[in-house]
Amino acid sequence: MAPSSKLAAAAGALPTDRSESVFTDYKPAFTPHQATVEAFRCLYCSDAPCMNACPTHIDVAQFIRKIATGNLHGSARTIFDANILGTSCARVCPVETLCAGACVYNQLGHPAIQIGRLQRYATDWALESGEQFFQAGASTGKRVALIGAGPASLACAHELRRLGHSPTIFEKRKELGGLNTFGVAPHKMKADVSLQEVDWILGIGGIEVRTGVEIGRDVTLEQLEHDFDAVFLGMGLGPDTPMPVPGQDLPGVVGAVAWIEAIKLKKLDLSGVRSVLVIGGGNTALDCVREALTLGIKDVRMVYRGTAAGMPGYQHEWKAAVLAGARAEWQAVPVAFEGQGRVQKAVCAKLDGNKQPTGEKVTLDADLVLLAIGQSKLGAMVAGLAGIAVDKGVVQAGADGATGRKGWFAGGDCKNGGKEVVNAAAEGKAAARGIDQYFRSK
Amino acid sequence: MPSLWTNCAGIQSPNPFWLASAPPANSGAQVQRAFDAGWGGAVWKTLGQPIQNVSSRFAGHTIGGVRGAGFNNIELITDRPLEVNFREIYETKLKYPKHAVIVSLMVETEEEWKDIIKRSIDAGADGLELNFGCPHGMCERGMGSAVGQEPKVNERITSWVKHYSTVPVLVKLTPNVGDINPHGLAANRGGADGVSLINTIKSIIGLDIDRMVIEPRVGNQSTNGGYCGAAVKPIALHMVAQLAQNPNFGLPISGIGGVTNWRDAVEFILLGSSSVQVCTEVMLKGYRIVEDMIEGLEGYMKTHGFETIDQMVGKAIPNYTHWGDLDLNYETVAKINANTCIGCQACLVACMDGAHQCIHPQAGTRVPRVDESECVGCNLCKIVCPVPDCITMAQVDNGFAPASWNEFLYQGKAIRPKKGVHQ
Repeated sequence: MAPSSKLAAAAGALPTDRSESVFTDYKPAFTPHQATVEAFRCLYCSDAPCMNACPTHIDVAQFIRKIATGNLHGSARTIFDANILGTSCARVCPVETLCAGACVYNQLGHPAIQIGRLQRYATDWALESGEQFFQAGASTGKRVALIGAGPASLACAHELRRLGHSPTIFEKRKELGGLNTFGVAPHKMKADVSLQEVDWILGIGGIEVRTGVEIGRDVTLEQLEHDFDAVFLGMGLGPDTPMPVPGQDLPGVVGAVAWIEAIKLKKLDLSGVRSVLVIGGGNTALDCVREALTLGIKDVRMVYRGTAAGMPGYQHEWKAAVLAGARAEWQAVPVAFEGQGRVQKAVCAKLDGNKQPTGEKVTLDADLVLLAIGQSKLGAMVAGLAGIAVDKGVVQAGADGATGRKGWFAGGDCKNGGKEVVNAAAEGKAAARGIDQYFRSK
Repeated sequence: MPSLWTNCAGIQSPNPFWLASAPPANSGAQVQRAFDAGWGGAVWKTLGQPIQNVSSRFAGHTIGGVRGAGFNNIELITDRPLEVNFREIYETKLKYPKHAVIVSLMVETEEEWKDIIKRSIDAGADGLELNFGCPHGMCERGMGSAVGQEPKVNERITSWVKHYSTVPVLVKLTPNVGDINPHGLAANRGGADGVSLINTIKSIIGLDIDRMVIEPRVGNQSTNGGYCGAAVKPIALHMVAQLAQNPNFGLPISGIGGVTNWRDAVEFILLGSSSVQVCTEVMLKGYRIVEDMIEGLEGYMKTHGFETIDQMVGKAIPNYTHWGDLDLNYETVAKINANTCIGCQACLVACMDGAHQCIHPQAGTRVPRVDESECVGCNLCKIVCPVPDCITMAQVDNGFAPASWNEFLYQGKAIRPKKGVHQ
């Protein structure tokens, strides 16, 4: 994408020699001809399965037909009307398991429509044109505080603006976008695209953003409740879960999310790293495996307690990782990290089919250990507020985002425990509708 | 934002997109769903003495794996009781007062015309469309294209209808004629407020070659049908433009024939249509296609600075002229972009076998060479090239002032030497 100068400025705050700069797009942009040919292949299904598989229910058939006829403006509008984060979702969505996975062509034995790439084609055009598709609704005077500037809060804030409410986003970091900026595998999307998208979303006007403000430190929940008519919790997840085994504090044993953030925002020195172990079997682990390989490390191995078939990460991602040279130590878990001054080896216990130790041990080389065994949940932050239920750190809220406390809503990872960007976008938008309903019923 | 408000022969609608008289406009429930989807008007499936249809009725023309590139049918006019149709027209107009409901009619005697016109107008019709076009079945009974092919009959029935009608009358013309002009002029003389064209083209879409029976098959026999769908657009555009440029014609035109999307609609409007009618693409894809048509047309109007449909109507007509008035000294040659060429040599074989033998192989590369001294600028290479913008046609400054064949003949203007003759 060749962004407009205004949007490029938004991303200008990032250094250009970031580690992620060497990554190329795993699913590159379509040329106009490619997009047209692919769009004409779409069967334009009625009540389309792809649309129903999308958490934000984008009218996929309609936006694709509009690409086919050259109506890119209308195509982008169809996408953004359902999902204002359509730009990032086009790149980061696991379309293989969502829309494209539901494509009826799969039943015919034909390749599914490349919905993500078509969506990227239309949304890239829109961001490039700088066009705003939606106007703020007539002002209601209602103010909403949103905690966190990730996809859930952005989707919520934009929808609140369309409904005429006045959102204020509180973000403890300097940069906006949440995991879209800090946590997406660079072969899917780089940080600058996320920042451009944020800038474009804010282009509707009237969304106040306060960065560098930490809830609990700079402003209390009670203050928010006092100053605003409603509060949306969209703070996502906390830091990587540590692995409490001997040697866990050795240099070179780091959290996966923290490491991904480092390669996305700065240039990381990986000289001397020959072997990487990624602990975990989820999608964050898979991202780390592919990132380490792309950054030039030859020996990259995933260590997972179960088997390949039982891993929670997407099979299509693992297949791509294997093609890139990844290996795995299945049915194993580290019991100690060892090394002189920094990590050099991981001692792993082998596990049986029930993930119980077999008594066998295996020692693996590791100059870098990335812990991708989950992130902490931030529900404790609001557990003190009467009425808000928190279960294992996850904020409990209904489909409309409403918690048990009047005027408090939640969406995204802090509510769903950690899902895709598209889930956060859907939940943020649903919560905005819930908040609007709440205002109307007051 | 440009306005799509449409006035075609005095029939007004929120946009120029009308359902053509056909299966998608067969009942009130359908037309109302179409209006909900965004259609601006509907020409009701032709009313007349309800008929009995055959099974099957439709056949699709598959070209290179594209289903429905062309389409034909042997279905006749409405098979539903007239009173049911009129009740549903009434209900539809009541619910959608701003949308255009045009009732298509086809009967025989003046008495029948008088009766059905009154009942149509009583039901709330905004306009009438006279089906003088149907090329199968009904023409064997002396109606449809049997009327449209005889200017005198066309004029006479049109004048009856105008005599009895208080709402605008469109005459729907058949393309199954050698020259559309006398038929448009006949409608004009009969007093029509406008014409709609084209109806379907008499056709045999193909055969079941094992049974040796034409499609669509009715048992082990079949008959010719009416051809329509994307494939007929070029024929329709020509006939629309023929009337639009005829200074003696001058009536509003509702364009029909192969409109599948907003681009097609723009073409019909630029060639003189003030509304466009769609059937086949709706049959294949549903009413929902109109959302893109509306957005696409609005986008086009914004890009080109049009504020109303009226400003667009016929804009391309001044550029539609006779061959004898084209500039013979305008010269183009093909340029192949060696950087994007993929070396298929489709252009080479097309030029060698099908054009003027001016594209040649080059040693050491699969990128062909154009002999510009022989290239006549025919476009064939560009048409067959699979790479977008790889072959472009570049204008050559040959030093000759513009000169047409007519100017050469009658004014003695100089024309450039021929190329590609290989004498």
